[in-house]
Amino acid sequence: MYVAVKGGERAIENAHAWLAEERRGDTSVAELSVAQIREQLALAVNRVMAEGSLYDPDLAALAIKQARGDLIEAIFLIRAYRTTLPRFGATRPVETGEMVCDRRISATFKDAPGGQVLGPTFDYTHRLLDFKLAAEGEVPEAPKADPRSESTPHITEFLQGEDIIQREPESEAVPGDLTRQPMSFPAGRDVRLQSLTRGDEGFILGMAYSTQRGYARNHAFVGELRIGTVAVEMEIPELGFAIEIGEVELTECETVNQFKGSKTEPPQFTRGYGLVFGQTERKAIAMALVDRALRWRELGEDFLGAAAQDEEFVLSHSDNIQATGFLEHIKLPHYVDFQSELELVRKLRREAGVDDEAREAAE
Amino acid sequence: MSDYNFAYLDEQTKRMIRRAILKGLAVPGYQVPFASREMPMPYGWGTGGVQVSAAVLTPEDTFKVIDQGSDDTTNAVSIRKFFEKTADVAVTEATEAASVIQTRHRIPEAELSEDQILVYQVPIPEPLRFLEPRETETRKMHSLEEYGLMHVKLYEDISQHGAIATSYAYPVKVADRYVMDPSPIPKFDNPKLEMAAIQLFGAGREQRIYAVPPYTPVVSLDFEDYPFEATKADHPCDLCGAEDSYLDEVILDDAGNRMFVCSDSDYCRSRREAGHVGRLGVETAA
Repeated sequence: MYVAVKGGERAIENAHAWLAEERRGDTSVAELSVAQIREQLALAVNRVMAEGSLYDPDLAALAIKQARGDLIEAIFLIRAYRTTLPRFGATRPVETGEMVCDRRISATFKDAPGGQVLGPTFDYTHRLLDFKLAAEGEVPEAPKADPRSESTPHITEFLQGEDIIQREPESEAVPGDLTRQPMSFPAGRDVRLQSLTRGDEGFILGMAYSTQRGYARNHAFVGELRIGTVAVEMEIPELGFAIEIGEVELTECETVNQFKGSKTEPPQFTRGYGLVFGQTERKAIAMALVDRALRWRELGEDFLGAAAQDEEFVLSHSDNIQATGFLEHIKLPHYVDFQSELELVRKLRREAGVDDEAREAAE
Repeated sequence: MSDYNFAYLDEQTKRMIRRAILKGLAVPGYQVPFASREMPMPYGWGTGGVQVSAAVLTPEDTFKVIDQGSDDTTNAVSIRKFFEKTADVAVTEATEAASVIQTRHRIPEAELSEDQILVYQVPIPEPLRFLEPRETETRKMHSLEEYGLMHVKLYEDISQHGAIATSYAYPVKVADRYVMDPSPIPKFDNPKLEMAAIQLFGAGREQRIYAVPPYTPVVSLDFEDYPFEATKADHPCDLCGAEDSYLDEVILDDAGNRMFVCSDSDYCRSRREAGHVGRLGVETAA
């Protein structure tokens, strides 16, 4: 005899208990601390902060621990926490020209004021597994240089001096916020950039890659990539002036793109822009390429039907929390709609006489 | 959970959602954009319904949650527990005892009354979405009341299959104006959409809220010669014998034996308690 499915509540509790045990793993192995994750898995922490849209390395590390290393799950934890936080106000725009750079490279000029600084990059490492790390080797101290005392100018400023690169329109408008206003199309570049910076790294990477392979190609030079810390300043109404409330690490990428001109624009270089929390250069470069692809209308280019040019397509599908939620919801029961489909398919088959033929064939 | 506000969302957010609900009630069937929040459950798992419930719940309410008609499916349990924890409201499984009912994929069998609110979880609020993927286009089609594409789709179904091949999320026209997706309820439930209770639809990921006020005309799209037909499995419930309820099919063994039971678990339970017995049921009444 069938007994109506009961006991969902206890099943959920037991599943949670098992999950907690699995998260901890073998208890004879020392437990990871949040500080260890923050310090030694910093790039994972950066990704969680960037896509979680919350700059807090300790919380991001905690989320990674709780999520068993599933970064999208960790991003989800951060997002859900973030929405509950009160907003005290908005900071002033950060001044990336004043960034204290750990890394700063240009692919367009051999040298420029501020120099080429490789910084802590994987770029020229040979990807050979380092078995010494398995034995927990100590790291020798890296050589140190004095930091530059003067600020590092943006490479695009030099091109701008020559007026050979497109000028960005200046605006005092308050940028949109897709976490407070429902998305509507056309979205405007402010909301596009916000969407891209918190979009899924894999998705943005794939979109950017598609432009490199010819789907709305806009050959991009990395005019500049810089990583470092910037001061965050906020106007305090009671004081009447801005004070520094902290600093954040950012990756900024400005691409310089070929452009032969269009009906409305003269031949000049054009730009794509990427700005992401933390040391996240793959994401920042990809973001700049996709940003550039999405600017076709503003630059009077043709829409070539490429996915990366299609604002509604890119923005509607870049958020991994939305995507994973909807994808995974198909695990939920669908007995009712499936039942109605069963009835329909049976009816259509009956009417088409398929079952009769099948029965005859079997006999 | 004492750090969180009543029903989890802060009051500003609830006001924003209530404004969207009121607009939805004023323009029945129209999809109102709202700034959906990230909830502590995944998108696609009822975040729209949860936000609408959070905005309408008061401490005096009695709350019921069903998924596939049942109070005991895992996600219904999870959502019910969420509001027990964050709003400390009374909960019930009895349809008539609830003042707010959140549902996924079903309308309860028992008739709802004027003092009840039915909150639907909606995955894809746009009835035209699978005919036209672009929101910019579908919004235009709604504003121009340009629903020809939908009728062509239904017509093509008939010419291809001899019948309209939509069995759930069957499109309706509300108050003779907007074509609306009633959420993935089986078309069996469509006639119940004209009811005394307030119906609110929440789509979190897609950032839309829409509503059907009490006693609003809701017509399932059809043709004169192919009229809409609310269908269900052609059996009575094997537990309570009901002939008028929507049924789930359950596989009993590997010999192809099946049984059919009410998808509305509260309806089935109350019938059995009243002494009704189906083919495979046992006497439960004292």
